[in-house]
Amino acid sequence: MNMKRYFKDARADLLTYAGVIIAFLVISALKSNGMLNRSQTGLLVPICCYIVMAVSLNLTVGILGDLSLGHAGFMSVGAFSGVITAMGLMNVIPSAPMRLALAMVVGALCAAIVGFLVGIPVLRLNGDYLAIVTLAFGEIIKELITCLIVGVDSKGLHVIFNVNGSKTANDLTLLDGGRIIIKGAQGATGTKTIATFTAGFILIMITLVIVQNLVRSRHGRAIMAVRDNRIAADSVGIPVTKYKMMAFVTSASLAGAAGALFGLNYSNLAAAKFDFNTSILVLVFVVLGGLGNIWGSIIATVILYILPEALRGFSTYRMLIYAIVLIVVMLTTNNPILKNYFASLRSKFGKSREKEASAS
Amino acid sequence: MKFLAYLVSGISLGSIYAIIALGYTMVYGIAKMLNFAHGDVIMVGGYISFLAATNLGLPALLSVLVAMAFCTVLGILIEGLAYRPLRSAPSLAVLITAIGVSYFLQNAALLIFGANPKAYTPVVSGTLKLFDGQLSISYVSIVTVVCCVVIMLALTAFTGKTRMGKAMRACSEDKGAAQLMGINVNRTISLTFAIGSALAAVAGALLCSFSPTLMPTTGSMPGIKAFTAAVFGGIGSIPGAFIGGILLGVIEALSRAYISTQLSNSIVFAVLIIILLVRPAGLMGKRTQEKV
Amino acid sequence: MSESKKRRAGLESVSPVVPVQTTYYVPERDVDKSPILQCINLGISFGGLKAVEDFNLTLGRTEIAGLIGPNGAGKTTIFNLLTKVYQPTHGTILLDGRDTANMTTAQVNRAGIARTFQNIRLFHNQTVADNVLIGLHNEMDYGMLGGILRLPGYWRAEKIARNRAMEYLALFHLDQHADELAGSLPYGAQRRLEIARALATNPSLLLLDEPAAGMNPSETAELMENIVKIRDTFHIAILLIEHDMSLVMNICEGIAVLNFGRLIAKGNAEAIRNDPTVVEAYLGRKGAKE
Repeated sequence: MNMKRYFKDARADLLTYAGVIIAFLVISALKSNGMLNRSQTGLLVPICCYIVMAVSLNLTVGILGDLSLGHAGFMSVGAFSGVITAMGLMNVIPSAPMRLALAMVVGALCAAIVGFLVGIPVLRLNGDYLAIVTLAFGEIIKELITCLIVGVDSKGLHVIFNVNGSKTANDLTLLDGGRIIIKGAQGATGTKTIATFTAGFILIMITLVIVQNLVRSRHGRAIMAVRDNRIAADSVGIPVTKYKMMAFVTSASLAGAAGALFGLNYSNLAAAKFDFNTSILVLVFVVLGGLGNIWGSIIATVILYILPEALRGFSTYRMLIYAIVLIVVMLTTNNPILKNYFASLRSKFGKSREKEASAS
Repeated sequence: MKFLAYLVSGISLGSIYAIIALGYTMVYGIAKMLNFAHGDVIMVGGYISFLAATNLGLPALLSVLVAMAFCTVLGILIEGLAYRPLRSAPSLAVLITAIGVSYFLQNAALLIFGANPKAYTPVVSGTLKLFDGQLSISYVSIVTVVCCVVIMLALTAFTGKTRMGKAMRACSEDKGAAQLMGINVNRTISLTFAIGSALAAVAGALLCSFSPTLMPTTGSMPGIKAFTAAVFGGIGSIPGAFIGGILLGVIEALSRAYISTQLSNSIVFAVLIIILLVRPAGLMGKRTQEKV
Repeated sequence: MSESKKRRAGLESVSPVVPVQTTYYVPERDVDKSPILQCINLGISFGGLKAVEDFNLTLGRTEIAGLIGPNGAGKTTIFNLLTKVYQPTHGTILLDGRDTANMTTAQVNRAGIARTFQNIRLFHNQTVADNVLIGLHNEMDYGMLGGILRLPGYWRAEKIARNRAMEYLALFHLDQHADELAGSLPYGAQRRLEIARALATNPSLLLLDEPAAGMNPSETAELMENIVKIRDTFHIAILLIEHDMSLVMNICEGIAVLNFGRLIAKGNAEAIRNDPTVVEAYLGRKGAKE
């Protein structure tokens, strides 16, 4: 029986968990000993969010094989529904971690519902058409949220949908002691920042369990079968649309949870933050980390998120350098001539290592 | 009468989209890639014509020609340096490279020209007043529409009649077979990028005349919308890109006027989604089915 | 296995064994004389072109039947109609007495038709074992949550499925390649794997589209034995498209000949061999005279 491969897969999964746990412990230790400065600790929660975004997008792009250019839209749905939940229940649930957890669950649920609705038309299309429609949905979600004005008072939640830009927060007619949560184009304002690095770590672990275990189950195999050959998958009795939807909605809900965490990390957050460029940013993490490669997504996210920050010394040149790095990496990893050259280098290196090992 | 004014502004905005979409659709048809850098070539075209007009004091037409020449070279360079090495690579790799090129152009422009918007002087000034001044149409609009129609007709003739045009169509159908027929595929693709980029330069000058602020990010949204227009009309189809562009412009202008300014992009995209659901290959596109 | 098949066909309470007058070939070994497949006036047209017209065919429960005809006669189109890759424009398909009109490709498979493809369609980036496991997808019963939380049901179903996958692979001498990528197998092995994957879906009718294409004579001989072995082991009907006449004539109990989308002859090997219209279809009118 092919248990050997089974264990090899399981070991790869376990190594990913171990890597994340060790990183968390090391960073926590550094943080509690005051070895990280303010700007460095400020990066921790966003990095966690983007890791979850990248891993979940990898489910759509790498494992399902459909190019999505609107992943930030789901993050946005999660962020604002999460902020509304956390701020709305401020008086009901005093415990901040409880509110944070609930906000992430609500964010995930809302994003899952939106993901399902978006998925109905999107998953009927293929290739670049699918990509352009996900992009379109990302922009639609962004603009719809820009029209939202939300406040809460003792009578409950007040929501205005500001279609023609004529309404302001005053139209909410909040009672005394009421609080404005979302102010249209300005987005969420005055949010209490309750997101923590530990919550980010837990969310990453949950995401890893969901994605990695899904991939190794019959459902994950069905999703990959749809990616590899849709017609053959159909012919062995796999309902293609159902599994496409399963992957898409799971991916959206994880993005929603990440969004909720992200939203509760900033006191001011506009919907414009979750635009096409954010979707692209996450897609770059996924592609550079390797399609279908979960650990790769994590590493690529960490490196590429820190890179522009590390390049701050070069100030104005940093994004230019980032662009050049991106192009050069894609060329070196995908050009057949360069790829063969690197492969030969690696095999030489590998051989010499093997020799050393056998010699010793 | 108000409606007519909105319609006219929609058609001229749509003509700009159509010009960009024509370039986009040709490049997509032959290279089968979402060239996200296309929008930024528009922006470069805008800056070059701006510089030529203000710093060198060239007349408007000449400045646009300079921009076209520059963008043609730029397009060929981008294709040769960034896309050609990836001809056999997976399409996602090419897409990410295109995004890299797009970032590169935007940030290079940011470094060279700064983040402050430049006030662009329209290539043509003045307005045409009709119906006792009730309806005024700017000359820019007229020039844009005329340009667009001329370009569309010229491209249709070029791809249909000339040797190079036929080579282009052959390459977009099947590169391997085209190569076997003795067509130089690389040169054909370069030519397509050259034409697409030259069109982007024209579109850049017209776009900046239409809404006279010029920034490093000026091109990205029109670029995306133009691609939407190309998909709308059926990607790869020249009349499709033309019709798609005009429709998109009209829908955008009318929804801005009558429904919501904030949601105008959403409405445009929603129409795109509906059209793709009804006709999955766009208005004029041909649907191909996988052979089992 | 026969239990689950009965369950699928909904035959637990009703006794289907009503001896019917048959004009098609029913092997003596078949206790249940009702046909597994009936095509009645099946047809499809693309635009104005009638690709298949008035196709009538009835298959016994453990019959091996062949579908032959010149290139472009519409043989693969019939497979695509049977598996609902194309929707028939007219006619009826009865699978085990059930009309498949409203079924999708995946539903038809679960109702009992599995197939292979002329141009091999494996999941190339996955291992040989995983290919068969994907075929066993519907034989496992744990839900998405069970898979993510790895509840006991997950481990139980996965273990059974893995063992069964290895059994199917062993049947086709693929067990030693279980961990290799399907795309890296040699051509003949890929064809065998495709059959193994189709069988894993527990069909009652197996459609093989040119199973011997690209095989050398010794591989073809082995394939012939295998096809008979599959029928005898799993007690299923097999319908195959093939250009290798020695294979068709040797193992098919019934043969249908198609030309320009129409059936031109039906019968056993002997009858087909001597049918003048068949000879004409293959060799042209001149060949028929000689």
